[in-house]
Amino acid sequence: MFDRADVVYVYDGSFQGLMCCIFECFVRKETPAAVVCEADYQPTLNTLVSIPTDTVKSKRVENGILRKTSAAAMQFVRDGYYTCAPDKDLLILKFVQLGMERGAKVMSMLGDDTVSALTKAVMNRSREAHNYLGFARFSIYGEVMVSVIEPKNFVLPIIGPHFCDRYRNESFMIYDKTHSAALIYRPYEWEIIHIDSYTEPETQDDEAAYRSMWKMFYETIAIAERENPKCRMNHMPKRFWSRLPEMDEAVSALKGNQEPPHSLESPHR
Amino acid sequence: MDVYDKLKILSAAAKYDVACTSSGVDRSGSASGGSIGNAAACGICHTFSGDGRCVSLLKILYSNSCIYNCAYCVNRATNDVPRATFTPREIADLTINFYKRNYIEGLFLSSAVVKNPDYTCERLIETLRILREEYGFTGYIHAKAIPGADDLLLTRLGQLADRMSVNIELPSQESLNRLAPDKSKTAILRPMGLITERIKENCTDLVKYKHAPKFAPAGQSTQMIVGATPETDYTILNLTSALYKKYGLKRVFFSAYVPVADNPLLPAVTTRPPLLREHRLYQADWLLRFYGFTADELLDEQHQSFNPLIDPKCNWALNHPEIFPVEINSASKELLLRVPGIGVNSAMRILRARRAGHLDYAALKKIGVVLKRAQYFIVCDGKLTEGLKITPDNALNALISDNCRKTFLSEGAQQLSLFDTQITREDTVKCLTGQM
Repeated sequence: MFDRADVVYVYDGSFQGLMCCIFECFVRKETPAAVVCEADYQPTLNTLVSIPTDTVKSKRVENGILRKTSAAAMQFVRDGYYTCAPDKDLLILKFVQLGMERGAKVMSMLGDDTVSALTKAVMNRSREAHNYLGFARFSIYGEVMVSVIEPKNFVLPIIGPHFCDRYRNESFMIYDKTHSAALIYRPYEWEIIHIDSYTEPETQDDEAAYRSMWKMFYETIAIAERENPKCRMNHMPKRFWSRLPEMDEAVSALKGNQEPPHSLESPHR
Repeated sequence: MDVYDKLKILSAAAKYDVACTSSGVDRSGSASGGSIGNAAACGICHTFSGDGRCVSLLKILYSNSCIYNCAYCVNRATNDVPRATFTPREIADLTINFYKRNYIEGLFLSSAVVKNPDYTCERLIETLRILREEYGFTGYIHAKAIPGADDLLLTRLGQLADRMSVNIELPSQESLNRLAPDKSKTAILRPMGLITERIKENCTDLVKYKHAPKFAPAGQSTQMIVGATPETDYTILNLTSALYKKYGLKRVFFSAYVPVADNPLLPAVTTRPPLLREHRLYQADWLLRFYGFTADELLDEQHQSFNPLIDPKCNWALNHPEIFPVEINSASKELLLRVPGIGVNSAMRILRARRAGHLDYAALKKIGVVLKRAQYFIVCDGKLTEGLKITPDNALNALISDNCRKTFLSEGAQQLSLFDTQITREDTVKCLTGQM
């Protein structure tokens, strides 16, 4: 039904924009070689097709997905959009093509290349979000609590409800440095906004005291006879360390080390 | 003594308790009416300590001033260590402040027996009361039942906690007699039975009255020390299985004995903790809970210990060639779960993917099956992996984990080779010219 075409779809990077790319591929009955966001576009030999964002078209696509496949598949597409997979745009487009052809069954086609690749990306995002439920650290500055995270995937929509429920009487912000976004919560409402930069204020005495108690607790709780840095690294990869007070010493030790850390302590597998 | 010093002493004293999960109960904070905290059934790990263990709860003792003198324990009365005791308010404040910074998922509170079991239990109750009632804390709390405390006190403790545990510590009465003369099997099993009973009652109460106070909604767990006493894996596994069946426990934890005392009754202080044995026990525990295995399938009178080279599931598979190979496209879930290299997740995915079409090896790989191990035990549409030669030897070889290979097979072992001797240049030339 779809011919492979040597074209590249370029869109504005929004979810609606991506839906319009899908609309276009059904109109043109083709599968583009790539789908990229304007900001990431680099000229190639392929012909460029610029896709304007049109909310009427995007709504039609969403309705189509819901009608032909299932609500679960629609959610899967949304989740896929928030992942950090480099080719997520094209994967989603192919997934929808497949879904329109096969119906709700598409969600079970785990042996298919597209479905399996997109499933892996979505699982990677859920896993990272779950990690951040535990690894996000808050600092308390007077009346507000702030956490800075650097996730690869866009996880704020997943972790938001958890923290809003957990700290329901507090006011807090979770700043996602990678995506320049922040979740702002005041009892009892929350929103995700765009934010360019954020400078952490000076810590107060109380904050420093609890951090040092936490670090000491962390050091004390480990059983020396069972030391197992590899196992720790498998569960808590290094990229999380810089935001964890208990890993301060380990991080500065790494920085002081002249040898590249990867050759030294890269996970076994 | 300030809180910092107390924390240092009382977290060091608690570190040998392995139960640090925050799992088993789902609770939305806003729906439960408290002011801070919620709980996720899957459990959340907040950090991993240097020994690679998950840290989820603020794991501390209320006090380490113990009246008992159990030989295996660091806090025994005759041991010369610094002693400290928190006040209930100090623990509650520390918990809330750590919790707000998202360092922890909740509190794990245990204690040495101070004065007497009832007094100790009352202090634990007071701590939990401050947290739950004054601070409106609806996060996770794991409380240790103090053996010997009054039933009413234990019941009250259970109403404030999410999970309760009583540690069995030593897997037999004889070992208890020798090493923990102040404890007896009945003194340990009694509170365990009481908690089981209360949880059951609570289930029927909740059906009758919507607002009946919940009793330990995340269930009950226990812990056993492995390697301090001569019990075999077989004894320990059977006890574990019995605890799951009889007491409905949520988890049984194993703790490789780390020598903390120089006592002729115990392994020497220089003994390394039996980590591999502990690991095999956990693997077997998983098989009991999620894979439909029974204890007597894994070990029996003749085989009292686990095979150190391969995990218990692989061991079982190698000893039951009559079951295999399993046809991926038609086997039941129970049978799929018996295949080495197929876990609970990949079994579920196979079932799901089967509904959408036939599966071949390429598809299995994408689904997440570890073909390196599984290929010796499965067929797809009656076909084996192309070019695979099945012998018990190469199957065994594929099942040995890299870690075990390093530990057991490194000395004197070398890369397997088709030729006994080095291939020389002449051999190669002969080969190429067709002389060989």
